[in-house]
Amino acid sequence: MKFDTPASTNPIDQMKVIGQPKDRVEGKLKTTGTATYAYEQQAAVSPTAYGYVVGSAIGKGRISSIDSSEARQASGVITIVTYENAGQLDRGEFYVDRALAGPKIDHYHQAVAIVVAHTFEQARAASALLRVYYVREPGAYDLAAQRASATTPAPGAFGPPPHTATGDFEGAFKQAAVTLDGHYTTPDHAHAMMEPHATIAQWQGNKLTLWTSIQQMNWGVRDLAKTLGISKDNIHLISPYIGGGFGGKGTILCDAVLASLAARAAGRPVKVALPRPLMFNNLTHRPATIQRIRLGANPDGTLTAVGHESWSGNLRGGRTEAATASTRTLYAGANRMTRLYLAELDLAEGSAMRAPGEAPGMMALEIAMDEMAEKLAMDPVKFRVINDTQVDPEQPDRRFSQRQLVECLNTGADHFGWARRSTQPAKELHDGWWIGLGMASAIRGAPTTKSAARVRLDRKGMVTVETDMTDIGTGSYTIIAQTAAEMMGVDMDKVNVYLGDSRFPESSGSGGQWGAASSTAGVYAACVKLREAVATTLGLDPTKTEFIDGHVREGSNNLPLAQATIDGDLQAEDVMEFGDLAKQYAQQTFGAHFVEVGVNAATGEIRIRRQLAVCAAGRILNPKTARSQIIGGMTMGAGAALMEEMIVDHRLGYFVNHDLAGYEVPVHADIPHQEVIFLDEVDAYATPLKAKGVGELGISGAAAAIANAVYNATGIRVRDYPITLDKLIDHLPAVG
Amino acid sequence: MKSFTYERATSLPHAVNAAANNPGARFIAGGTNLLDLMKLEIEIPQHLIDVNGLALDEITPTEDGGLRIGAMVRNTDLAAAPQVRRDYAVLSKALLAGASGQLRNKATTAGNLLQRTRCAYFYDTHQPCNKRRPGAGCSAIGGASRQQAIVGVSDACIASHPSDMAVAMRALGARVETLNSDGQVRTIDLADLYSAPGTTPHIENILNNGELITAVTLPKPLGGEHIYYKVRDRASYAFALVSVAAIVLPDRTGQLALGGVAYKPWRSEEAEAYLPDGAKAVARQLLAGANPTAQNAFKIKLAERTIGLALSTASS
Repeated sequence: MKFDTPASTNPIDQMKVIGQPKDRVEGKLKTTGTATYAYEQQAAVSPTAYGYVVGSAIGKGRISSIDSSEARQASGVITIVTYENAGQLDRGEFYVDRALAGPKIDHYHQAVAIVVAHTFEQARAASALLRVYYVREPGAYDLAAQRASATTPAPGAFGPPPHTATGDFEGAFKQAAVTLDGHYTTPDHAHAMMEPHATIAQWQGNKLTLWTSIQQMNWGVRDLAKTLGISKDNIHLISPYIGGGFGGKGTILCDAVLASLAARAAGRPVKVALPRPLMFNNLTHRPATIQRIRLGANPDGTLTAVGHESWSGNLRGGRTEAATASTRTLYAGANRMTRLYLAELDLAEGSAMRAPGEAPGMMALEIAMDEMAEKLAMDPVKFRVINDTQVDPEQPDRRFSQRQLVECLNTGADHFGWARRSTQPAKELHDGWWIGLGMASAIRGAPTTKSAARVRLDRKGMVTVETDMTDIGTGSYTIIAQTAAEMMGVDMDKVNVYLGDSRFPESSGSGGQWGAASSTAGVYAACVKLREAVATTLGLDPTKTEFIDGHVREGSNNLPLAQATIDGDLQAEDVMEFGDLAKQYAQQTFGAHFVEVGVNAATGEIRIRRQLAVCAAGRILNPKTARSQIIGGMTMGAGAALMEEMIVDHRLGYFVNHDLAGYEVPVHADIPHQEVIFLDEVDAYATPLKAKGVGELGISGAAAAIANAVYNATGIRVRDYPITLDKLIDHLPAVG
Repeated sequence: MKSFTYERATSLPHAVNAAANNPGARFIAGGTNLLDLMKLEIEIPQHLIDVNGLALDEITPTEDGGLRIGAMVRNTDLAAAPQVRRDYAVLSKALLAGASGQLRNKATTAGNLLQRTRCAYFYDTHQPCNKRRPGAGCSAIGGASRQQAIVGVSDACIASHPSDMAVAMRALGARVETLNSDGQVRTIDLADLYSAPGTTPHIENILNNGELITAVTLPKPLGGEHIYYKVRDRASYAFALVSVAAIVLPDRTGQLALGGVAYKPWRSEEAEAYLPDGAKAVARQLLAGANPTAQNAFKIKLAERTIGLALSTASS
């Protein structure tokens, strides 16, 4: 099926199941610890050997020699794989990092070996006996120091063009009555998902099966085939449950490649989980940015010049953090410019993390907007409202498919009690805490990508959906079951959903906030086909048939659905492909964040008191799972605002705080109150379900709202994240 | 983790004799720190002597009206003990500000005192660390040092002690009771338990090989207001940037110790003499000779302000 005209009325609009706050269908498995994650698939393969990954001890240089004699003699050791015996290895198409170092070392904790033994403890003990000798070379580890060497990156497959220009930015900025020229920095961020990267690999002849934890099954097959130099047909990936990804499990990484190599060398299945302290430097992360934002406005607050430049670093060939993405379309302004620059760094690979581009970009832009509003002596909500645009500012003939930013802002302001905010900072002192309110807009693209599914109706009237879509904790199982139930006119308990198997029809996968909208569209397409098959089998006219309450109706005919399968199961498969509606119409999701913080007047400790997000993101397929996505994003925004930072040691060349004790993410006590409001919206230009994703909207803008609240509380403007008390303590207002 | 042998001590003499007979041995109690360090091969004991079975888990009154806390009393139980909450509230508050519920359920009184620094360089065996490998150098000096100590530091080490419990105990004037393998019992003021890093940061306390902490004693209750204020970036489950344990008496005198600033809880009686003069005077005296890095110099002002907060809490 091709989606190239706006959706008209269809069975989804009944909203008997879709749009309902259904519990997660796999919730019980997860809360009872019975969902089998990759590392727990013992039953599938046994006996299994254990692989322990050894990371490089240096940031940049080369291996001069490896002495594995002692390690090989250690108790229980089966084999050791290093670059010396691994054979030729390529890389996948998404990540540039090499899964196995040697002789060159590209970054700290890049894998130099995998030690395989009968037990995990034996493998770990033996790994400490492996002698790897290195020659250090000077590396580039400091983005600020490398900034001058940064160049314009090649356009990437994702994200905005590196440079954009509309009108005459420099001229307009020079002439503007009110201007702002601000520098902002965001640090490197870790995904810090609960489940570490883990894989069990099994070879049967030249067939390779992996139980692993990745977000995009099709990318995984593609990238593993290319890395190992084997045929895609010989690879089978299984990922039914994923304990969080946040972009860090886009496709196969070190665990999958090394488990495959180790299983081949050991002649038996091998299981590998990356130890937490290895994850931060071995795997990918959200790279740090240095950003410069220039805004120019008329005295009435109308933006006339919008300029955003961002510098990030990466391994050679790695992607650019596209921090300018949202600046292109968020606000009006006739003269605009965005520029991305990329420096080479010898740290772990920078790559996608929840709202890549938007998240760090909005951290800067939405502080700049707060600063600009203050310069204009204008309320920050009003300043945003008057600079709303209903057309793409770079292409004024291109409208937004839906854009309720203003409604989000106004609804949020009303609901949050924004009018009670002191327009002067550092005016509200209560019980030793400076209280402040802050806000920010939210915008995140609503991409869709082709997605297929197979749907089967059996003799008992059960509907079974199969697609290689993944559920990374987002609720894919549930919204796909809701989609099939709505389309086939049955209750959700009549639907089985099977995901995360590369033998199933190829889906969008989970990433880029495209998963929910795309994968349900694929299921919709397959269900349309199955409905036709049911109607035809029952001798009814497919164009006039309704599917309601387990029955099929056409005129006076009202037949049980299962009657269609008397002679055998009916099955349909289809792929939803998306035409160029997304080119004709700008498709984005919108929101507004409102935050209240307290800042301790003595210590500068910052504690969030409440957070509100108002979102407009097309039809909300399941308000319960969608809310979880938004509050998860808001929580990550809180971490980015107040504590998350991978600290770079510029001498030794690595992220120092590489575990969950050193890399702090918010705990429950940091998040006392969160509220989410979804505005009523359907977006007929998005998908047949008129839906968009929400997985990354919640983080976009969330951190800046907190930064702005800290400013309102204290009058201290911190432009370098995270906002920690040491950046406040010398400037805290005097009490009394 | 290296292979090791293990035995369960059934009596105090058994425990200390086993330690004397196995020079590479470690006592294991809750294991919340030791096991992590063993997995990373930072601690490589050849032998573990499990002291969980020893009857050291009681809280009893002392003859002079104080409290004896068995070495194996779990942090959770100590924090909840009615006599602790009533008479030594600063200790209860400090315990509850540390770690997480699950860790406190396992962690013991003596184990908490002897836990090792959480310096990230100490935990990464690829990096030079004088605590792990004497003479290797200190990576924290000139590196990531925001969390590290500002007083009592040396050119060889700037690690801080991570305990909250110990800070409150130090403020209370706690003493540590130990047993040596020769049967000798000694009592050590908590102030004297920890060794300054100097040129030997791998030596962290004055305990002899095989010497076992059996109890911590607290002097008779001081009365007054008990405050524990712990400053950290996130609201729970983080080590202190600075913490203050304070007992403030109605006449504005009192006792006070700082956490997060040194290799041990930091207290000075000379500084306490300035309590009636306010936080600034106390802090100036207490942190005289501080030698912070650029990244943790903020702790000086933070300590002063947190002391001020504690004193104002007491007076309100």
